[in-house]
Amino acid sequence: MTAATQQSESTVGEQDVLAVAREQVLERGVGLTQDQVLQVLRLPGDRLQDLLALAHDVRMRWCGPEVEVEGIVSVKTGGCPEDCHFCSQSGLFPTPVRAAWLDIPGMVQAAKETAETGATEFCIVAAVRGPDKRLMSQVRDGINAIRESGNDINIACSLGMLTQEQVDELVEMGVHRYNHNLETARSHFPEVVTTHTWEERWETLRMVHEAGMEVCCGGIVGMGETDEQRAEFAVQLAELDPHEVPMNFLIPQAGTPYEHYETIEGPDALRIVAAYRLAMPRTMLRFAGGRELTLGDLGAEQGMLGGINAIIVGNYLTNLGRPAERDLSMLEDLRMPIKALSDTL
Amino acid sequence: MDELYCVHCGRTVEQCDAAACRNARTSLEPPRFCAQCARRMIVQVTPNGWTARCSRHGETASRSHQV
Ligand code: SF4
Ligand SMILES: [Zn+2]
Ligand SMILES: [Zn+2]
Repeated sequence: MTAATQQSESTVGEQDVLAVAREQVLERGVGLTQDQVLQVLRLPGDRLQDLLALAHDVRMRWCGPEVEVEGIVSVKTGGCPEDCHFCSQSGLFPTPVRAAWLDIPGMVQAAKETAETGATEFCIVAAVRGPDKRLMSQVRDGINAIRESGNDINIACSLGMLTQEQVDELVEMGVHRYNHNLETARSHFPEVVTTHTWEERWETLRMVHEAGMEVCCGGIVGMGETDEQRAEFAVQLAELDPHEVPMNFLIPQAGTPYEHYETIEGPDALRIVAAYRLAMPRTMLRFAGGRELTLGDLGAEQGMLGGINAIIVGNYLTNLGRPAERDLSMLEDLRMPIKALSDTL
Repeated sequence: MDELYCVHCGRTVEQCDAAACRNARTSLEPPRFCAQCARRMIVQVTPNGWTARCSRHGETASRSHQV
């Protein structure tokens, strides 16, 4: 893109941003710039339906109708030394979550429950700064046991910050995707986490990408960030160009510094979903934690028709979701096919 | 057995602030405190259920795990 067209695209009036997006994103597949995302986030309420419809068209055009379904499980819960202010698993806040380890039979059972929903992705998650030897060997044994049980679901991991050796080890175990969230805009991150930096997280993502694993990287909205920072984060994610972006909406957790934060309004959540789709036309955009509370049943459907093309079904790490069957029947009602395992191999 | 303590905040049933503990948010949370003794439990959430273990009163589980 020339400097001149970039200039004209970022300075169009608010009333035109959806028309610009139609031509730029839908027709040409070029994601919105930071200024444009901000304009979208500031559209008046009576443009929301138009925005969602456009985001849906963009998703259908550049990603297709399929929806990727994933289940997740926590293999090491609580007692984390980090201080991410949203997290009930930090050992630094007086939350009611106690440390727990999931054993190998429990991992096999969780992978089975996930596969039975028709999901093609199973993500193994641990509340750690980064994995130690014990955790790496637990993950290795768990993956081997899942395979021995005859379950060929795709396996992803989310184990915090990695060293190069650990990246290589995960590749060798057959982990095809790695989740590590940047969580929020770079400019907001120091307000949310003080025990490590955004750049340290970026470094892990870079190694994961270079090792050939799919990168899964998203964040949480509703942590006191401004609209400007939401737009900033959208383009920072677009620059990273992950395979998948999971979108979480803050669930204020008892005992954390964000305990008394309000959950964001449903229409704002939908607006953010659609804006992120317009910033990243080809990226898998996943509904993750907090959608039940922020959006309810109707909002979940609107999100699926507003840019989302992947979901986590069933429970989360420490919170419960709605039953997987409800999401699966929603997808059936929406006539959105679930991505099959054969498509991903 | 009667529930003596709130499973979300660990206070006695009389002292629990119902507005804080019986709402949309806590309906999406597994129990954290033992209803019999208010000890903090070790809780494991799985894709379609949860189990919660009190060191004194043993394990409880969501319905999908009880079958
Ligand atoms: S590193 Fe992960 S588990 Fe630890 S406090 Fe932060 S978000 Fe929670
Ligand atoms: Zn209570
Ligand atoms: Zn007890």
